[in-house]
Amino acid sequence: MSAATVYVPRDASALSIGAGEVATAIAKEASARGIELKLVRNGSRGAFWLEPLVEVVVQSQRPVDAGQSASPANAGQSESLSTASQTQRLAYGPVTVADVPGLFAADFLNGGAHPLALGPTDAIPWFASQQRLTFARVGIVDPASVADYVAHGGYQGLRRALSTAPEAIVQTVLDSGLRGRGGAAFPTGIKWKTVLEQKTQQKYITCNADEGDSGTFSDRMLMEGDPLCLVEGMTIAGLAVGATQGYIYLRAEYPHAYRALNTAIAAAYQARYLGSDVLGSGKRFDLEVRLGAGAYICGEETSMLESLEGKRGEVRVRPPLPAIKGLFGQPTIVNNVITFASVPTILHQGAEFYKNFGMGRSRGTLPLQLAGNIKRGGLVERAFGVSLRELLYDYGGGSATGRPIRAVQVGGPLGAYIPASQFDVLIDYEALTNIGALLGHGGIVVFDDTVDMARMARYAMEFCAIESCGKCTPCRIGSTRGVEVIDRIVGGVESERNVQLLESLCETMLQGSLCGLGGMTPFPVQSALKHFREDFRARKPPLKRTG
Amino acid sequence: MLPSESDTVRRIVEDMKGRPGPLIEVLHSVQAALGYVPPEAVPILAEALNLSRAEVHGVVTFYHFFRETPPGRHTVSLCRAEACQSMGADDLAEHAKGRLGVDFHETTKDGTFSLEPVFCLGNCACSPAAMIDGRLYGRLTPDRFDALIAERQSKTSGPKQ
Repeated sequence: MSAATVYVPRDASALSIGAGEVATAIAKEASARGIELKLVRNGSRGAFWLEPLVEVVVQSQRPVDAGQSASPANAGQSESLSTASQTQRLAYGPVTVADVPGLFAADFLNGGAHPLALGPTDAIPWFASQQRLTFARVGIVDPASVADYVAHGGYQGLRRALSTAPEAIVQTVLDSGLRGRGGAAFPTGIKWKTVLEQKTQQKYITCNADEGDSGTFSDRMLMEGDPLCLVEGMTIAGLAVGATQGYIYLRAEYPHAYRALNTAIAAAYQARYLGSDVLGSGKRFDLEVRLGAGAYICGEETSMLESLEGKRGEVRVRPPLPAIKGLFGQPTIVNNVITFASVPTILHQGAEFYKNFGMGRSRGTLPLQLAGNIKRGGLVERAFGVSLRELLYDYGGGSATGRPIRAVQVGGPLGAYIPASQFDVLIDYEALTNIGALLGHGGIVVFDDTVDMARMARYAMEFCAIESCGKCTPCRIGSTRGVEVIDRIVGGVESERNVQLLESLCETMLQGSLCGLGGMTPFPVQSALKHFREDFRARKPPLKRTG
Repeated sequence: MLPSESDTVRRIVEDMKGRPGPLIEVLHSVQAALGYVPPEAVPILAEALNLSRAEVHGVVTFYHFFRETPPGRHTVSLCRAEACQSMGADDLAEHAKGRLGVDFHETTKDGTFSLEPVFCLGNCACSPAAMIDGRLYGRLTPDRFDALIAERQSKTSGPKQ
């Protein structure tokens, strides 16, 4: 019999709650029992309440297709299904080091019964109801292996792109309806078209991997779990607009992703998917990871370009747009990780396929992230149109503390706080805008009824003060004044008058700031004032500093 | 800055100065080698990269990640962002300050621990989170925090093997 295959994630979140120790314990126990083991360190499937999630590969007890969801989300995996022969993966979790001897005693390597057994991973309802296009391989493949990536449908999009004219690639992306997943939701195809039309020698593809929004981790999970998907998406972008150099601007807080990306990029060079002659096409694409240095503002695209050039991350005045004058003054595509990672599927399956997911002007799928005070936190990829309530309760299972959910912040620190009365809102860019909120990068941070919304509003202002680049006054000074005004409100100093002053200050920041940091910091503050006004009153003791 | 340290800075910048927009990359390498970016490194970098001292100083001070003083032997970064706050990060921070006897941005008197705030580690489904010397921890409690600190204390102050 060949060696048993066991998957234990090396996703940073899984490691943070013991996956590394579990992997070591499994290897040790196997060796003590004289069992030959193939231990694969995959990304996380994204169900963090089940992590560390250990999977074993066993002979399938049923035809491979029967257990798969019939949703079109699985269509992209059709080739891998046929090559997967008659095996399936069974899940056990959450596993601790102390559980390991018991798992071996229960013969988990052959799917033995155990209290932690969860059955076939794909059949767990939390996964089965998802529509994973961008995350189709995350948690499934070995992130370091080009061969595994290709075996699971990887690089089909690039192959298609290599036999397609640049204009047609751009048209496909345009037709798919893909909008920027970083938060601004600008149509990706239009951005690419603008860069394609520039007649210069040097153009750049840059990936904004400065995922600084609290409550978001989809970029991180993808870069750790399926980094080649990002590499492929950027390579396709290079072919589409005639750029030969790409940079991934990665935040310094993500050392695990840094290692995973560099490993994957080296493997892609080795297999000639990167370099001077991509897959023998004679076309060049080089790719490099650059580390940020702990500045939230560098998630703003012009600030990111400044930082990539080695400068202070101060925002640039637009125009000119980066697509015309970007990195080192050259035409540059700036897209988020998930935007690029959505492109291989679009090229492989076609614009129509992708466009058929979603609602209204929000086409395709979005990897949503359930975070904070939530019972079943993690990554849920669904077509646009799923309701916030379904995410919070059907997937999330309510709050982690078991208390009522009072407020939800969607879209990071610049996103509005949404009250329970609006949980039926659908996940759609326009639907959220209509209730005065924003979708951003799809992070959903949950707070129970113990949250103090004046404190959260104060934090929004304080965060803006800490992270402001300092270039424009409303952001640089307004944020500090905002903290002071909220302190006066809760300190009982002319509370009513200061609430009015806070509203006016928000308006000034909103209208007068150069970029989204100062211009959007009012959103959480205004929404807190609007929906949770009762929290803006004098109390003792006054609020404490955060950072 | 020791003479050996300025040699290190010179070697790093010579190696990297041909790259496009190299300053931040150089600073990362300097901090990786020395643990911080000594103020005395600024004129060396400025000259090698044909920048003004103000430009180099401006970059060093703009980014939270770069530090101008030597760190403790262990750097404890506690996440202060919303998702972690929703799971008790503020109480954990108070506990950590008490346990270590320092505030944020400070280093313990014995030079063992530096305490830093960080705004999101991407571990928001396992809040509250912290990073200690590049290792990520999730679902932290005060007890677990104390255990992680004690582990490092015993390693640092224990008898040499």
